[in-house]
Amino acid sequence: MSNSIFTNARLIDPETGTDSIGWLHVVGGRIAARGDGNAPTTDAQVIDCNGKCLAPGIVDIGVKVCEPGERHKESYKSAGLAAAAGGVTTIITRPDTSPAIDTPETLEFVTRRAQADAPVNVLPMAALTKGREGREMTEIGFLLDAGAVAFTDCDHVVANTKVFSRALTYARSCGALVIAHPQEPGLSAGTAATSGKFAALRGLPAVSARAERMGLDRDIALLEMTGAAYHADQITTARALPALERAKGNGLDITAGTSIHHLTLNELDVADYRTFFKVKPPLRSEDDRQAVIEAVRSGLIDTISSMHTPQDEESKRLPFEEAASGAVALETLLPAALRLYHSGQLDLPTLFRAMALNPAKRLGLNSGRLSEGAPADLVLFDPDVPFVLDRFTLKSKSQNTPFDGQRMQGKVTATYVAGKEIYRRP
Amino acid sequence: MRFAHRHLLGIEHLSQSDITAILDLAEKYVDLNRQSAKHSDVLAGLTQINMFFENSTRTQASFEIAGKRLGADVMNMAMQASSIKKGETLIDTAMTLNAMHPDLLVVRHPHSGAVDLLAQKVNCAVLNAGDGRHEHPTQALLDALTIRRAKGRLHRLNIAICGDVAHSRVARSNLILLGKMENRIRLIGPPTLVPSQFSEFGAEIYDDMNEGLKDVDVVMMLRLQKERMDGGFIPSEREYYHRYGLDAAKLALAKPDAIVMHPGPMNRGVEIDGVLADDINRSVIQEQVEMGVAVRMAAMELLARNLGEAA
Repeated sequence: MSNSIFTNARLIDPETGTDSIGWLHVVGGRIAARGDGNAPTTDAQVIDCNGKCLAPGIVDIGVKVCEPGERHKESYKSAGLAAAAGGVTTIITRPDTSPAIDTPETLEFVTRRAQADAPVNVLPMAALTKGREGREMTEIGFLLDAGAVAFTDCDHVVANTKVFSRALTYARSCGALVIAHPQEPGLSAGTAATSGKFAALRGLPAVSARAERMGLDRDIALLEMTGAAYHADQITTARALPALERAKGNGLDITAGTSIHHLTLNELDVADYRTFFKVKPPLRSEDDRQAVIEAVRSGLIDTISSMHTPQDEESKRLPFEEAASGAVALETLLPAALRLYHSGQLDLPTLFRAMALNPAKRLGLNSGRLSEGAPADLVLFDPDVPFVLDRFTLKSKSQNTPFDGQRMQGKVTATYVAGKEIYRRP
Repeated sequence: MRFAHRHLLGIEHLSQSDITAILDLAEKYVDLNRQSAKHSDVLAGLTQINMFFENSTRTQASFEIAGKRLGADVMNMAMQASSIKKGETLIDTAMTLNAMHPDLLVVRHPHSGAVDLLAQKVNCAVLNAGDGRHEHPTQALLDALTIRRAKGRLHRLNIAICGDVAHSRVARSNLILLGKMENRIRLIGPPTLVPSQFSEFGAEIYDDMNEGLKDVDVVMMLRLQKERMDGGFIPSEREYYHRYGLDAAKLALAKPDAIVMHPGPMNRGVEIDGVLADDINRSVIQEQVEMGVAVRMAAMELLARNLGEAA
């Protein structure tokens, strides 16, 4: 049975909102005890943290691993290594593979692949509708039994409101969480940028930022009808926030996430049609970005995700409109999030509340915290190490990161899953 | 004067003096083109490839004539018909052509930014002959030359751009160029085709054409593309013509010496009255075509001067 004690650690505890020097004792893969100041004498193996940050490992909702279908873009092995290097100890995988993960059989296949190859915890989501086509709901009950932790059609909006309302009603009866992409699909079809001066100048087909609010408004009305448990995958605009706040105030079972890219980049970063900055929904204005940061700070937005989306060079080396959307982010999630810490906008406990505690809570997991009895899924990192990101050093099979060549600050020193070290920075 | 650009990708990258340099040189070529012996040798020995990924008769012919008059070896490639059908990517096509050592590449593509992407991958000078809804720089330059010749100046003019601004690269390039040259620009059209964000470019937006045309010096009409009809941007051609088609009555609201422009090809009776389009006292549409060849000769000469220098 493992028995180790982390000493001289800067403990980042999102539950209590504290950031203080202390120690953490791990026995049998779980947190046994913790305290402030100097560690007590034990027979445990001592891991001296040298004053670096020890936080709960990141729980990342919405990671795309390209199995089945496009293993050349990302496999469970490569995604697992990337997650470990990024301090992500639990990945919640997306079903937007090809074919979609919409049957218990496919779900069992990916679960087996994940267990064999990935050093981190992998929990799969399943599609809400068959083939993510928005016509018929999947076998939500069987999929839950097979281990699905949530149901989502990812960036496909279930446009048929009747189909969506039935799926929500049925999901509620099973106690299943539905994750949706709030967007008015008629307005967003065929677009590649957010409406505004920049999109007009670049001549890109654009969608109004209001389309997100319209999608969210519809979904909120359906939650009032059905009482389902709902999580919005990415809230990225200021205009959607009042609706979210009202829905929460009215007691609906609703939470919301945002992506690290929408928190740290804006539409102008696309510059001369740089397709690594093409994500879905498209990057927003600086005003929107600031509003979303504030919503994470206040807790209105619950979670931050990498929205890790591997794309090969061929899918990105195309004219902007034709290029595929998405960016890899498992390894850049923490350093990018630390930009908000270094800019003084979010403190570390707040960041880990959104990256670890809240996602774990939403999925009913016991991880994401530093309390006694929680699994010892931990990340040890130095928030101050400066570096310039070279995308070819990433462990993902695809290297489509918008942060290539950018100055970042903060690196993972080591990552632990159930008390076992799965990554140490060379 | 040195033209400090390797490519001509858009008006956005040009300064006032760049624009003036192109127009001044183009004036020389207007004179040359009116002589019976129209040949020059400034591009002799150079290879010009016209790559059109989108149908074009006028622009392609204009670039071809411009290149030939300057002595370049000109080749036309109709890209819809060739490798694209075989699944080759834009970059592969560019790399293939690049290996044949062209000196000037003239590119039109249906997607915004495609010409920028291609320019990053080749060693030669690239001229944007229109990319998606983004830019069409030689069209804006030929319009500028036409205006300058008709009005005697290219600043402090009231210029109306009318019609489908949203989907028009001609409108964007003109808006940028005429703004850089310090003119007042009005955009006129139904709000479905003239989105409000264009006001951020410093233009005034009018959805009432009668109001918008008051006291303008230049009326620039845009082509209404048929596919916009199917997209539900306007209810019908006849209603569009009634509200936004240029006819003598509406033109009477502009200054008495206002000129009428159109980038072609025209839809007579949809955006412009046929008789008005042919009125040589008001319409400079034919002159625009003539200026097109001269401007393209000037642009290619300026870019060719920089060839061979370290990029």
